[in-house]
Amino acid sequence: MSSIYQDIILDHYRNPRNHGTIAHPTHQAKALNASCGDKLQMDIIIKNDIILDVKFSGVGCAISQAAASLLTETVAKKPVTEVLVLEPQDVLTLLGVPLSPSRIKCALLSLETLKKTLNSQKTA
Amino acid sequence: MNITDIKKAFPIFTHHPDLIYLDSAATALKPAVVIASEQAYYEQCSTNIARGIYPLAEQTTTAFEESRATVARFIGARTPEEVIFTAGTTASLNLTADLLASRITKEDNIVTTALEHHSNFLPWKELAKRNKAELRIVPVTETGTLHLEALKKLVDNHTKIVAFSATSNVLGTINPVSEIIRIIRSLNKETVIIVDAAQAVGHIPVDVVAWDADFIAFSGHKLFGPTGVGVLFGKQTLLNQLSPVAFGGGMVLDACALETLYKDAPARFEAGTPNIAGIIGLGAAITFIESIGVAEIHAHETKLARYACQALQKAFGDDIRILAAKNPEDQSSIVSFTLTGAHPHDTAQLLGEHNICVRAGLQCAAPLHEALNLSATTRLSFSIYNTEHDIDLLITRLKEIRTIL
Repeated sequence: MSSIYQDIILDHYRNPRNHGTIAHPTHQAKALNASCGDKLQMDIIIKNDIILDVKFSGVGCAISQAAASLLTETVAKKPVTEVLVLEPQDVLTLLGVPLSPSRIKCALLSLETLKKTLNSQKTA
Repeated sequence: MNITDIKKAFPIFTHHPDLIYLDSAATALKPAVVIASEQAYYEQCSTNIARGIYPLAEQTTTAFEESRATVARFIGARTPEEVIFTAGTTASLNLTADLLASRITKEDNIVTTALEHHSNFLPWKELAKRNKAELRIVPVTETGTLHLEALKKLVDNHTKIVAFSATSNVLGTINPVSEIIRIIRSLNKETVIIVDAAQAVGHIPVDVVAWDADFIAFSGHKLFGPTGVGVLFGKQTLLNQLSPVAFGGGMVLDACALETLYKDAPARFEAGTPNIAGIIGLGAAITFIESIGVAEIHAHETKLARYACQALQKAFGDDIRILAAKNPEDQSSIVSFTLTGAHPHDTAQLLGEHNICVRAGLQCAAPLHEALNLSATTRLSFSIYNTEHDIDLLITRLKEIRTIL
């Protein structure tokens, strides 16, 4: 059985890093996977073009939740310019398992939400 | 019905002997007789319809029209002329919206329901938007049935269209179609009534005269037929009042006249060469269904659906939310559920690793999921090739999945 449910994914699914919301984020956005109903929100605090804090919330499958956890872990404390150039392959590399096309959408919801958040109007 | 023999009729089980296919509401598997009928057309006739006058072409036209007669007989149409061939339910419903578009003004309203598949929701939402008409949505009750009291309040003198489904593609609830239509007609005699029967035809006995709908849409591939073929039934009296919306070969009487003269229905709505092989295959699929009997199919499928509800409830107790008809007599072949600690996508993926095919997500019915406050569901849909053993295996795997996730 070639399962995509490897330890790293299950670990981040069961114990997600950076899960929750931020009381006063500077940037916030939501995205939706229309085929499965997964919803993701990201709250970010940016200061001097650095991502000081990032949190995600919402509902989703193991792949989308683990991807969000891994991605937020990776981008925390990084310059915004460095994060904006991240590509889909970077997220798939973080997950480290081969995904079918329908599951790639689950994984990439986190990147879509992140970029949408970084590109959103400043909230505070 | 002997399941071992039935399985032998479906070549896919030769290629995948361990396949447990619980996604027949998405598309049903294809029996050898259907595949053979399409192949026979391509190998032995392979000509166009209603055009050539040489023997092979006439043979194709005859086979094609026999399929139309088979469909008409199967759904109880008054005449084969009430059967329009399309590319599927979605195409049938969009065609209906196009046919009725010129009748809709900004004073009018169109009524659909929260129970619908997107294909019986979006065409009406778009039509209402384009013609600046009002879209009204019949809510569902907490138990997932159509709210008939609300329907009575929503249909008025300005209701031009009511569109609803015979069977929910998520809950498997069989709606009381005749009763709903009687209610609508008692409130407004002029309203055009459209029934999405994609999950009903082939699963429950359908009699279009008893239903009294103006239009009924369904697909071939959900009743063991080929993909890319569907039916739009329309009342003959209404069809010939409607102008065609697609133009080309095969639908015109006098193309040179100042005022183009079109053929009567169904030809006027079937411009261009249709999916001939597919339509011949659909005829074969219906003959296959009739050889088993719709009542027998319905009994088998609902028995499995009820067994699944009971077995799932027993296995998972308070951790499972089963979405199915509350009255057993309203239950069709579809059951959906949510299971604590196992997201539908993960569930479907892990079941897939064991050759168990289920559907996960919003089932193309986002409004219903919103109404029932669900983010996603896992759907089981049963057919003649399924057994209680399939459900037992499914539950064993679901228990395993919950220990993995």
